[in-house]
Amino acid sequence: MEPVNKPFRTGPLTVNTIMLLVIAALVPGTVIHIYLTGWGGLANLLVAAAAAMLFEYIVCVLRNKPVRETMGDHSALLTGLLIGLCLPPLVNLWIPIIAAAIAILLAKHIYGGLGNNIFNPAMVGYAAVLVSFPRDLSLWPTLPQSFDFGIIQTINIIANGGLVEYTHWDSLTGATTLDTARTSTGTAGQHITIGLERWTNIAFLCGGAVLLRLRLINWHIPVSLLATLSLCALIEQAINPNAAGLSVHLLAGATMLGAFFIATDPVSAAAGNTGRLIYGAGIGLLIWLIRTFGGYPDAVAFAVLLMNCTVPVLDYLEPWRWRK
Amino acid sequence: MIDQQIDSATSKRPSPEKFFHSQLWQDNPALVQMLGLCPLLAVSNTLVNSIGLAFATIITVTLSNALVSASRHFLIREIRIPAYVLIIAGIVTITDLMMQAFFHEIHLSLGIFIPLIITNCAIIARAEIFASRNPVLPSVVDGIATGAGFAAVLCILGGLRELIGSGTLLSGAELLFGPHAAGWTLDFGANYSGLLLAILPPGAFIILGLLLAVKNLIDQSQANR
Repeated sequence: MEPVNKPFRTGPLTVNTIMLLVIAALVPGTVIHIYLTGWGGLANLLVAAAAAMLFEYIVCVLRNKPVRETMGDHSALLTGLLIGLCLPPLVNLWIPIIAAAIAILLAKHIYGGLGNNIFNPAMVGYAAVLVSFPRDLSLWPTLPQSFDFGIIQTINIIANGGLVEYTHWDSLTGATTLDTARTSTGTAGQHITIGLERWTNIAFLCGGAVLLRLRLINWHIPVSLLATLSLCALIEQAINPNAAGLSVHLLAGATMLGAFFIATDPVSAAAGNTGRLIYGAGIGLLIWLIRTFGGYPDAVAFAVLLMNCTVPVLDYLEPWRWRK
Repeated sequence: MIDQQIDSATSKRPSPEKFFHSQLWQDNPALVQMLGLCPLLAVSNTLVNSIGLAFATIITVTLSNALVSASRHFLIREIRIPAYVLIIAGIVTITDLMMQAFFHEIHLSLGIFIPLIITNCAIIARAEIFASRNPVLPSVVDGIATGAGFAAVLCILGGLRELIGSGTLLSGAELLFGPHAAGWTLDFGANYSGLLLAILPPGAFIILGLLLAVKNLIDQSQANR
């Protein structure tokens, strides 16, 4: 006999579908990212995604979870891809693996798995390797020469400790746009131009717009994040004309990826609209603060993690909580 | 009279093995009661630092238990806590000065955390819960057991953090054990660049949490057997 409580009408949006759509929306930005970072960037994505899936599988077995269902939600794949998109190309092979391990084991399953994690797993993994290997992760090869490395050479470099072991190849690495912006702030007459990474950001913006159109994410977080970041950048530029301007803050680094794909993680972000507006604004402010005064290559990961801490309080701000 | 009542109430004293099982495993002050986390997390970045603080803590908790127990009959109940604090502070000052005299280098690297033993709640907890209600000898045993429980977690945490964070063990051993210990440092892999996170403060919290998870896992598997 058929059980009567079977779901008769399956909605189009299961967790599985949502994750696949989010990954699909990541594709244009990812393609441009790979174009700019070469085989090294592709290797990061593959290694991080494979490692994340592998650790997810191991945890499923350890926790006696149904492997097919837990793995089927593709959230580990998304986590791995986000880690891979954050890392600079040609890092040591172990760095994406460690980041994926920390993301899946310590940031996600320690808390009880998907839906229970306080912090965004991908950002925990990235932040952990960022503070652990600051030298490796601040080496971005100069972008236009990325595909000059062949596959074999790339595999050789990442298996032998990454680009950090090849520092005598000085010409290969250069400051990213944000690094330039940080070190040159206040120098008169210096004009900061955004590198080709602006195309990555524009592609992520388009992917994010599709997610908004499909109502997979709410507009509150990205809009308040980008508005706050723009406001801060405009005020800074009004005070100091040589500062990194609006376009640098919006189109360099991981701004768009963070605004549409990382900050909007439904698990670790605020759940109500008031909270979402404050959450996004807080991330925008922190991104600007850390980029302007901090010492790390980019600020999105730390800003998101710091605002993740405030989510339990933000969720109390919702008006419906106080209505009788 | 109150003291006599308390003494008689706890007349069924557990055996020394019970003390050690309780303080080293079941109610471990650091791992289960989560007392004294400030020095535990701040100092455990290398094994040698951990051993230094572990010794200082064992000495302090043993002596303070002995003195609190010896003075339990003539302390006025209302001011007993300030009295404990004075006793502990006196002992910590002695330990601090002794370490400064004999282990100057390790004293420098432990810094403020030797004086801060005064605020280690594990010590005042044992004074209040046990030493103030029991004779001197059991109190001393309890003090050694508590100190050993704290020291064990401290040394395991310090060892793990040093191993993961920099790939060595016992680096700087000559600071604690004299010049002949300079060769004791074990180096696992010269190419290992180290997961710096383990040495940084978040690493202390993460590894302590994992230790607690391992302890719970062992307890669970024993209960299921």
